[in-house]
Amino acid sequence: MAETLEQVTLRVNGTTRQLRVPARRLLSDALRHDLRLTGTHVGCEHGVCGCCTVLLDGDPVRSCLMFAVSAEGHELTTVEGLTPRDGDELHPIQRSFQECHGLQCGFCTPGFIMSIAGLLADNPDPDEDEIVEGISGNLCRCTGYRNIIRAVQRAAELLRAAESEAPGADDPSPHGAATTTSVSVPYAPSGADDHDATGDEGSAR
Amino acid sequence: MTTQMFGEAIVRREDPRLLRGDGHYLDDLGHDAYAVAFARSPHAHARVTQIDVADALDVDGLIAIYTYDDLPARLAEPLPLLIPHPALTAPRTGHALAPAVVHHVGEPVVMVVASDRYIAEDVVDRIVVTYEPLPAVVGVERAASGQRVVHDGMDDNVAAHLLQEVGDVDAALATAPHRLDLRFEIERSASMPMEGRGVLARWDPDDPRLRVYTSTQTTTSVRAAIAAAFDLADVHVEVIAPDVGGGFGVKIMHPWPEELLVPWAAMTLGHEVKWVEDRREHFISSSHERGQIHDVTVGYDDDGRILALDVRFLHDNGAYTPYGIIVPIITSTQLPGPYKLPNYRVEFTSLYTNTVIVTPYRGAGRPQAVFAMERTIDAIARDLGADRTQVRAANFVQPDEFPYDVGLVFQDGRPTIYDSGDFQASLRKLTALIGWGAFAQQKEQAQADGRMLGIGLACYVEGTGVGPYEGAHVHVETSGRVMVSTGLTTQGQGHETAFAQIVATELGVPIEDVAVTTGDTRRFGYAVGTFASRAAVMSGNAIALAARAVNAKARTVAARALEANPDDMEIIDGVVRVKGSPAEGIPLNQVAVLSNPLRYSFSEAAQAATQFAVPADDDQPPVRDGEEPGLEGRAYYSPPRSTFANGMHAAVVEVDPQSGNVAVLDYAVVHDCGNLVNPRIVEGQIHGGVAQGIGGALYERMAYDEHGQLLNASFMDFLMPYASEVPTVRIDHLETPSPLNPLGVKGAGEAGVIPGAATIAAAIEDATGVPISRMPLSPDELFRLLRSNGTAPLAPLGALGTSIPEPDDQHGGNA
Repeated sequence: MAETLEQVTLRVNGTTRQLRVPARRLLSDALRHDLRLTGTHVGCEHGVCGCCTVLLDGDPVRSCLMFAVSAEGHELTTVEGLTPRDGDELHPIQRSFQECHGLQCGFCTPGFIMSIAGLLADNPDPDEDEIVEGISGNLCRCTGYRNIIRAVQRAAELLRAAESEAPGADDPSPHGAATTTSVSVPYAPSGADDHDATGDEGSAR
Repeated sequence: MTTQMFGEAIVRREDPRLLRGDGHYLDDLGHDAYAVAFARSPHAHARVTQIDVADALDVDGLIAIYTYDDLPARLAEPLPLLIPHPALTAPRTGHALAPAVVHHVGEPVVMVVASDRYIAEDVVDRIVVTYEPLPAVVGVERAASGQRVVHDGMDDNVAAHLLQEVGDVDAALATAPHRLDLRFEIERSASMPMEGRGVLARWDPDDPRLRVYTSTQTTTSVRAAIAAAFDLADVHVEVIAPDVGGGFGVKIMHPWPEELLVPWAAMTLGHEVKWVEDRREHFISSSHERGQIHDVTVGYDDDGRILALDVRFLHDNGAYTPYGIIVPIITSTQLPGPYKLPNYRVEFTSLYTNTVIVTPYRGAGRPQAVFAMERTIDAIARDLGADRTQVRAANFVQPDEFPYDVGLVFQDGRPTIYDSGDFQASLRKLTALIGWGAFAQQKEQAQADGRMLGIGLACYVEGTGVGPYEGAHVHVETSGRVMVSTGLTTQGQGHETAFAQIVATELGVPIEDVAVTTGDTRRFGYAVGTFASRAAVMSGNAIALAARAVNAKARTVAARALEANPDDMEIIDGVVRVKGSPAEGIPLNQVAVLSNPLRYSFSEAAQAATQFAVPADDDQPPVRDGEEPGLEGRAYYSPPRSTFANGMHAAVVEVDPQSGNVAVLDYAVVHDCGNLVNPRIVEGQIHGGVAQGIGGALYERMAYDEHGQLLNASFMDFLMPYASEVPTVRIDHLETPSPLNPLGVKGAGEAGVIPGAATIAAAIEDATGVPISRMPLSPDELFRLLRSNGTAPLAPLGALGTSIPEPDDQHGGNA
């Protein structure tokens, strides 16, 4: 009774990734455990806490409420897609979080950042009520939120300043990093990881 | 001075890693590990009569199924009693897997190991456990009645009973001009970190060594528990806390069943094994806190001075007492707060119920204590028609009375002696910050506009930095890197930054050169853990002492090379130099080279320390008597007793009489935690604490039904504040340094949450005129209170229906 596996092609952070996963595999698990993009966190698995928020075609969504197979044909952005992976650059939203002390344990933080990326893409100059509304799908147990609100205000400033300097860059979410080139990285699981992606040798153990 | 970092509000050094998604939390590790899921008891109290796994065996990907009967002898024993106490006369602890009887919903009964978590849960679904349900005991008053008993072999549900008394309460009460009898109740809540618990274990049979990653607040003690359970040498067990997504107390409890079962499975199966808690598991299988009912009798004079305070309270400890009776002891001893109580008696009974265990949650018994004390003071003020700040001031311990001995035995077994503070000064700051004096007019004006505003305040004293000790190791490598380690753990407190600030200051090095590791037994094996607002006090001071030792050693080594006197040397910006002659100096990395006499060189820099390069003093050994090679230092800090921080909160709320909704319009905090290592981090701790305090006041409760089912075990139903529920917090600091430790610091981690419920209750009471004696208070509960008091309009009543359930009936009665 081995599980049937689906061939899934995901576009993540500007890159095309191939997976073979069961139809029931959550997008959050596929991102974290199959693609090893562990910046996306899972805090409740029932769609309330917002830790797993990623951008789907630019809109914030809960990756724990979506199957990986359902994400095919969409453009996904995770926190890893905000900045180049090979440096230590911070996206303006990330910089603002540091400046305003908008994080403590950091577990909820990538979810907030992705929600805010979506918010600021839609509304580059939100007032405080709009910010509170925009982050009210994300729980944080450490910060008491006020510094996060300040961070959003600061990020909006930074992004608007960057915008006026470089009028071409209109979308804050894939800032700098995500290229438009599509690189196909076939997913080739190996060894004991196979059960995650292909589930076809569990009985061998 | 670039190296004078202590006290600076610098940005955190851990942030870029966490912001980029490069943190390593427990479930970010071990992608190839087998996964674990548990069959947990669906009953609060039941006998396990049969476990049938037949239908589960053919699930593809199943690795193993374990029940109690499969456990080796040591793992089958009851879990440890971590903190015994003479008053805990009937301690009970659970088991790694439940034997014959389960005592709360969520107790682990069967462990499943499979190729991934989906499969493991499939297997759990196919295992049939047959239970014979037994009557459940839910609610601390039902437990006290003793009609039903939680544990076989006990005649009642009393785990512990403890009385402490200062002075003569009965005599003072008999002669007091005024007297009030009051009852105050706080319901259960929980730490609820965004990351649940989790354990990953690797066993290397070739080099017998067990490595365990766990999302814990104490790695050294988890190591001790694992080593004891499997009869392994301490050095063969490595326990590491990776990045931890919040703790707030729940993760100081240990060893959790999973912290023993997962390593055991890894050793048994010869494969990495991981268990990651899901949210429902966290609700029903970790721990809760707060549930207490307090009966208070207070006697006072015409000025509101308290002559006698008599407190009796019931503490709900849940199904087991692995963490002892720390929480009710803290309530008992912290209840006096900033007030002089010449005659104080406190007596608690800690009771078993068929619910999740109770262990400290941020504040740990203090929110309840402060609620009882501060509500009592407000009741006195109300009775006398006095201003609430005046009654408080009349009872304050005065600045010239420190050290002030409260006369009680604190949670560390040591006397409760306040080391420093200035409560009157704090109160002045608070009333200025919130605008206490001008509020009456504001309230009146609002009233004229049909709005219901109220103001409240609450004070607390918090014993922080409890012992027994912490230690630290500071090592200057020949690269110039300063490697710092301390054994206690980090769950978001910014230790990588605050501890590096201490080292930069004490050692005289740029902070960029300092790297801090916490909670890794491979780096530092002696530690207690992160709880009780103790990290900055305990590890902070240990790190300062270790850095000072390295500073002294660096000056000695450099002085020898420069033929100078170590006392004439100083370290500025990472260079050890002769005072007044900045040109004469040796960089610290070169001092590190010189401190370690070499036979073999591996770099140009290291050649300076080889045997033919160093001018030899033939009368002296290369490593002098009493010295050690290497530029490193190790030190421990062990205080005689806790250091007591204090503070006061005030809030302005608006109550909507139509809905019972409470909006917090203003929130002010005055906080005295001695010297601040990093004000930015301290303020962040306060912000987060206040949010949890507001959650505890207005939203968060564990709703158990009479059968012991937790009805709101999800984030859908257990309401934690979002950004929309937390106000801006305005903070003012008072810094009265602690005389007890070299840095003069006190703990700051828990303070923000402690007076939250008391402050909000006081403000609601002021707004509505209705006495508030229990928290949390939901809009519908407040509405009912207002209506019964004639404060709320009658209009919306029809919509609610006519049945008004009693509090005990609240989960089932509202037709």
